[in-house]
Amino acid sequence: MATPNRPPGEAPSPTAQGHTHHLLVALAGQPNVGKSTVFNLLTGLSQHVGNWAGKTVEKKTGVHRHDGWELQMVDLPGTYSLSASSEEELVARDFLLTERPDVVVVVINAAALERHLYLVAELLPLPVRLVVALNMVDVASREGGSLDVGALQRALGVPVVSMVASRNQGVAELVEAVVACAQSPAPPPRSPGIRADHAAVWQEITSLLAPSLPPAFPPGWAAAKLLEGDREITRLAREGCDPGIWPRIEGLLAAHEDGVLAVASGRYEWIARVVHTVVPRPRPGQVSLTERLDRWLTHPVWGLAALAGVFGLVYGVTFLVGSPLQELVERGLTAGLARPLRALLAAAPAWVSGFLIDGVLAGAGTVASFLPLLAIFFAVLALLEDVGYLARAAYVTDRFMHLIGLHGKSSLPLMLGFGCNVPAIMGARILDSRKARLLTMLLAPLVPCASRMTVILFMAPIFFGAWSPLVAWGLVLLSLGILVALGAALGQVLLRRERGAFIMELPLYHRPKARTIALQTWQHSAEFLRKAGTVILVFSGVVWAFSYLPNGRIEDSLLAQAGQAMAPLGAWLGLDWRLLVALLSSFFAKENAVATLAVLFAGGQTPHLAHALAGAFTPLAALSFLVAYTLFVPCVPTLATLRQEAGGWRWAALSFAMLLVLSLLSGALVFQGGRLLGLA
Amino acid sequence: MEGEVSLASIPADATAKVLHLYGGRELVTRLAALGLTPGAEVRMVQNFGRGPLIVLVRGTRLALGRREASRVHVLPAG
Repeated sequence: MATPNRPPGEAPSPTAQGHTHHLLVALAGQPNVGKSTVFNLLTGLSQHVGNWAGKTVEKKTGVHRHDGWELQMVDLPGTYSLSASSEEELVARDFLLTERPDVVVVVINAAALERHLYLVAELLPLPVRLVVALNMVDVASREGGSLDVGALQRALGVPVVSMVASRNQGVAELVEAVVACAQSPAPPPRSPGIRADHAAVWQEITSLLAPSLPPAFPPGWAAAKLLEGDREITRLAREGCDPGIWPRIEGLLAAHEDGVLAVASGRYEWIARVVHTVVPRPRPGQVSLTERLDRWLTHPVWGLAALAGVFGLVYGVTFLVGSPLQELVERGLTAGLARPLRALLAAAPAWVSGFLIDGVLAGAGTVASFLPLLAIFFAVLALLEDVGYLARAAYVTDRFMHLIGLHGKSSLPLMLGFGCNVPAIMGARILDSRKARLLTMLLAPLVPCASRMTVILFMAPIFFGAWSPLVAWGLVLLSLGILVALGAALGQVLLRRERGAFIMELPLYHRPKARTIALQTWQHSAEFLRKAGTVILVFSGVVWAFSYLPNGRIEDSLLAQAGQAMAPLGAWLGLDWRLLVALLSSFFAKENAVATLAVLFAGGQTPHLAHALAGAFTPLAALSFLVAYTLFVPCVPTLATLRQEAGGWRWAALSFAMLLVLSLLSGALVFQGGRLLGLA
Repeated sequence: MEGEVSLASIPADATAKVLHLYGGRELVTRLAALGLTPGAEVRMVQNFGRGPLIVLVRGTRLALGRREASRVHVLPAG
């Protein structure tokens, strides 16, 4: 941890630039509390999404301007507490202690006050100016608990603003409270205390620690963290303490191994006292919408059926709405731009117009035509997450995921994989055990992504007619079957029963918020364009060059030579050099396969491709190609993401090697098996 | 304590009071932060005897793996 930028307790000095005063405001809160909604309302499109330095945790920042004030908003990761048990919690805590925001807004759920005050109990002892945003007061009053906001404010000793963020209520009041809070003197840090049986040892550790801690760390808070067994604070205290004192502290800690429960219980005892003064009567046990829905959606049988239905619907919607859009975009780009460009370049050398139109523009067309599908998929997924369904999906798949040594949470990133493997690998961040995260990331490329499905859905009808849905379905099942088998095998090596804990909040179902969904869709799509789009664009130019050099004829180009060099390998799979080249090109982006075939067979004209392909290959060769293609090595963007998330090329290389062998072996098995059966 | 059982053995709709948590410090910290501390009232929402289960604690529905739930020892109410 770095030294704090400012000593604790010093008044914020809003730097005057003209008439604008700047404030650094951090937004804290537990997951599922509507924190993102509050953040979105305050910052809108000024948001910047990046990563916390050196971490794989997403960092969102944005700006809110109000009446001469400029609020630099930082969205901290959603955390249940501030112990260092996950990367998110460590990031949030480090930011609060070292960056010293002028004001910290903690968003809490009025309908689950007790649980949400736990984070407040962790924040109060820190030297920060705290404002409590009491969200979902509408849900709380509907469920029967009438809250006394004034009493809550008195009990906590910090400003409390009630909000209904989903209906844009209370935002202006929140901003005013933040600005007012920044101008008031910092309140003395307060501690909720510890369970009585540990009070003495806590006091003792606190006084032993006090002289040797960095100023940002309140001794009482740090002592509680030591009792909780917090590794980071233990390390800092050990390094900072007088060598004569640390062994005494260590002895006390060893004698109070159960300190973690005493600390947590102390916080909840304090919370119980606060809640007692705020909620005058207990909430009646009312069968809410959530309970009624969950009777079906979390049922071991009906829940799985519902999940299958929901995902069927997701694909239905994605392709029903996406495919026409995709066609529209593609036609607009190629027809609308290629023709004028060709006219413009009439005088230029052939390779210039070839590179620009058949290379770059065709690549841009691929990216653009792919975007509607992904955007719709992202939107539907954001919708499912926002209404609270995704947590249920993880729950019902838990039992199934145990088969491959993982638990239910892993199914969420894997389900993302159906859209694109890149977000699937990034999504594995939600898992708390590193080994489970690695295994999930290694398995993710076996989930057939939307690009692979578009290629399969394009190729299958050409060769299999009415049977093509069955072939597509079979390819998906094959891929998932291999995923399960590989997971079981790798799980034995990698995990050895250490799958991490399955502990997950099931949020209440609620109405989706268009703004949240729109922003998330926008951010994910932009990320895809930035990361994958550039790779695809560059690759399209490269493929074109390889297919053009050395003399402008594809039949004896570098690409053809590479394919022909591998012909003996291809013979085993029944693939000629053109199919091999298509397979190779899918390494750069899965959807490249069709584009490459279009270049090789039809001079880039996709509409004529189907006819040309049908005449060139037998259904058996096509099936072998599709099997090898479905299981082929992860695309470049996926591998790059895997390297970044797993920390090193080692894992990316393992994934590449595993899938290369699997893919070629399966393709050869299909072709040779089919020949034995006399199908060729 | 007499009558002490694992949370995993509580049937649906029954309530119980948490007595103690066993297991590694990390697991205990996480369970405690989510409200499962000694003294907390829990109501079993769903438990089919196999696979994960759902409990209601401090106003929140928590999904727990069976293994995690078996680390929480409780005293059934009534």
